[in-house]
Amino acid sequence: MKASLERLADRAVDQGLLDVAYTMSDSPFGPLLLAATPSGLVKVSLPGHDPEETLEDLAARISPRVLEAPVRLDETRRELDLYFAGKLTEFDLPLDWQLSRDFRRRALRAIDRIPYGKTRSYTEIARSAGNERAVRAAGTACGANPIPIVVPCHRVLRTGGALGGYGGGLPMKEALLKLEGVL
Amino acid sequence: MLLDDYAADVMGVLRGAVGRTDADDCFQETFIAALRAYPKLGDASNLRGWLLTIAHRKAIDHHRAKGRRPVPVADLKEVGVYDPEPDDGIWAAVGALPPKQRAAVSLRYASDLPHTEIAAALGCSPEAARRSLHEGLKRLRKELA
Repeated sequence: MKASLERLADRAVDQGLLDVAYTMSDSPFGPLLLAATPSGLVKVSLPGHDPEETLEDLAARISPRVLEAPVRLDETRRELDLYFAGKLTEFDLPLDWQLSRDFRRRALRAIDRIPYGKTRSYTEIARSAGNERAVRAAGTACGANPIPIVVPCHRVLRTGGALGGYGGGLPMKEALLKLEGVL
Repeated sequence: MLLDDYAADVMGVLRGAVGRTDADDCFQETFIAALRAYPKLGDASNLRGWLLTIAHRKAIDHHRAKGRRPVPVADLKEVGVYDPEPDDGIWAAVGALPPKQRAAVSLRYASDLPHTEIAAALGCSPEAARRSLHEGLKRLRKELA
């Protein structure tokens, strides 16, 4: 059965019939669901979120042509493994931003430019996204980040340095900041 | 629902319909056709029935392509060669049923579908589905007795 599905995913890719490829990947924090479109990585779902629900959501928002296709995510998995091992400081992956729009997308792009081991405040992100007063919206954009870890919303803190929130839970945010030498 | 949630069901039907060896090819054809048609599918509420319909058609195409006709009872031994499973006798006999009966029996016993869903998959009324199933079973009983 598994071999049949793998063969199917290969053929679907060849014929341009696969819109969303996904796989599960181990991490020090638990299993991550990774999903990519032909344009790039579109979703990283953190442990604690139901993968089935995430897949249903992707099917509804992007396309129902969703198949498990681990090979399509090999490079993403490789870079994540290196990152968790402290051996990679900058992801070099094509990203698909289609799950975020307008202000949120601008905020996430600003977050994407925060270098490894540095942090920014929600206010700074709001300013970079074009509206300094939209601090709360910047926080919401972080919370709704479809590609956490790779788009490093864990590097966004409250003014004054308090951790703020994190979709994978605060211990994970803290661990990622420790990994990067911030804490 | 996601297409690959039904992969096992589709494979089960196809193994019943064309045998273990050729099931994978039909499986590939079924899902490629489904992926191609899926964006145009208006109502996805009976995805399983829809997939099994495609599988059923692919199985028929497969039999046609092989130039294989429903095999008369006396020739049964000639078709049962491609499946080494212990229940091979039954599925070979199922494979030799006329297409509608074969599909009805596979959908009922390999995929556990109720009559209404078999009807949807075969594009006939539930009564007709019930009749096909009944005829198929009757024939199987006679042949395997």
